[in-house]
Amino acid sequence: MSRLISYEVKDTPVHRLSGFTKLVFFILWCLVSGLTFDTRILIAMLILGLGIYVLAGIRWKQVSAVFAVIMFFMVLNLLGIFFFAPYQGCEIYGTRSEIVHLFGGYTLTREQLFYEFNVLIKYFTVIPAVFIFLVTTDPSELASSLNSVGVPYSISYSLEIALRYIPDIQDEFTRIKNAQEARGIEMSSKGRLMDRIRNTASIIFPLLFSTMERIDVVSNAMELRGFGKKPKRTWYSRKKLTSADMAVLTGIVIFFAVSMIITFHDGNRFYNPFIR
Amino acid sequence: MKKIGIKEVVAMGIGTALFVVLTNVQIPIIIVPNTGMQPRMAVLAFFAAVFGPVVGGVVGFLGHALGDAIFYSSVWWSWVFPEAVVGAVIGIFAGKFAVKEGGFTNARNIILFNISQAVANAAAWIIVAPVLDILFYKEPVNKVFAQGAVAFLLNVVIIGILGTLLLVAYSRISGKSSDLKAEE
Repeated sequence: MSRLISYEVKDTPVHRLSGFTKLVFFILWCLVSGLTFDTRILIAMLILGLGIYVLAGIRWKQVSAVFAVIMFFMVLNLLGIFFFAPYQGCEIYGTRSEIVHLFGGYTLTREQLFYEFNVLIKYFTVIPAVFIFLVTTDPSELASSLNSVGVPYSISYSLEIALRYIPDIQDEFTRIKNAQEARGIEMSSKGRLMDRIRNTASIIFPLLFSTMERIDVVSNAMELRGFGKKPKRTWYSRKKLTSADMAVLTGIVIFFAVSMIITFHDGNRFYNPFIR
Repeated sequence: MKKIGIKEVVAMGIGTALFVVLTNVQIPIIIVPNTGMQPRMAVLAFFAAVFGPVVGGVVGFLGHALGDAIFYSSVWWSWVFPEAVVGAVIGIFAGKFAVKEGGFTNARNIILFNISQAVANAAAWIIVAPVLDILFYKEPVNKVFAQGAVAFLLNVVIIGILGTLLLVAYSRISGKSSDLKAEE
């Protein structure tokens, strides 16, 4: 199984920022990446993202395995787009410059290549943001920062519980899987569909029931400590905003505004290099 | 709306954690980009049916976003929102199912559950997901609807089989402990 991405204690400029700043940055960054199809902005984001990567002191080894998986899915996805709609690019950009005829109704066009290139880098602009956010943000601080942007503390607390219990449940999953394999249940992808579902169920049943018990234990413990009695709560791990935070926040808001203006000023989300 | 209790807060958290862990458990069927049969969907349906629409929606949303982020370091947002739709829609009938009180053993509730999960999945994967795919990524219309239809089918099957079994089994076990009656 691939190693999970999780918080790592370090002291870099990115780690020192408050969780609130990183959360706002992350949300606006994803919004821009989702809304724009302007190649220039996407490339700028890609470069900026790589810059922050280096600044956050992330090693290539941490990313490489995940990177391979994403590449695999992306290649499948791009092939899928081409298979289902080989002229999507021509439709979007309104011109058609053929490169080579492949087979049947499939002709490779420059517009299609450019469109699929945009889908690819659009996806790749999100990766550094997600990765940096997860690796440099303390889960408890993340919960407190969610609360500070107006999310009810019960919801932020669930997020904290989720992050806290992922490793525990992961361990339990592995234990149950090993135990079932020791009993001779086949876990590989051989066998008929119903068999595979049954074998998966032999892990999920015990795992789910022990999870339900865990929910009882944890919620009883929290109830005994008076969780949820007051409408507000304070957070041990909340950081105060520093001048660096303010600078980053201002920067990202300006970046958001500018890229929205560039994207939508001609009434179209696409940057079109094919019109002369 | 009912206030969220401690149990729901914890269920959201630990349910999300379970959903995230099961991200990697997939039963591959055919090669359609990013689609496989996902047992975690059965778990989502289970949490929605036991704890209600808020827990279902949050587990779907947070679970999918976190699972994507942690395992693939990227989030395909247009498929995160439909996941919340599935959880929330199934959760609407949580009161009727009365899973914890042992009510999920009769045929009427099992049928209601399966109708609601089919409706929820149809709304999520045939309407919400393709529309968001087109909105966010401008992907070809026939591709996203084909993908959505496959996801719909796979999810209905896995929830129909595994989800129903999980709920029936849990309802039997937890229903038994309620033999005690309150003193009058």
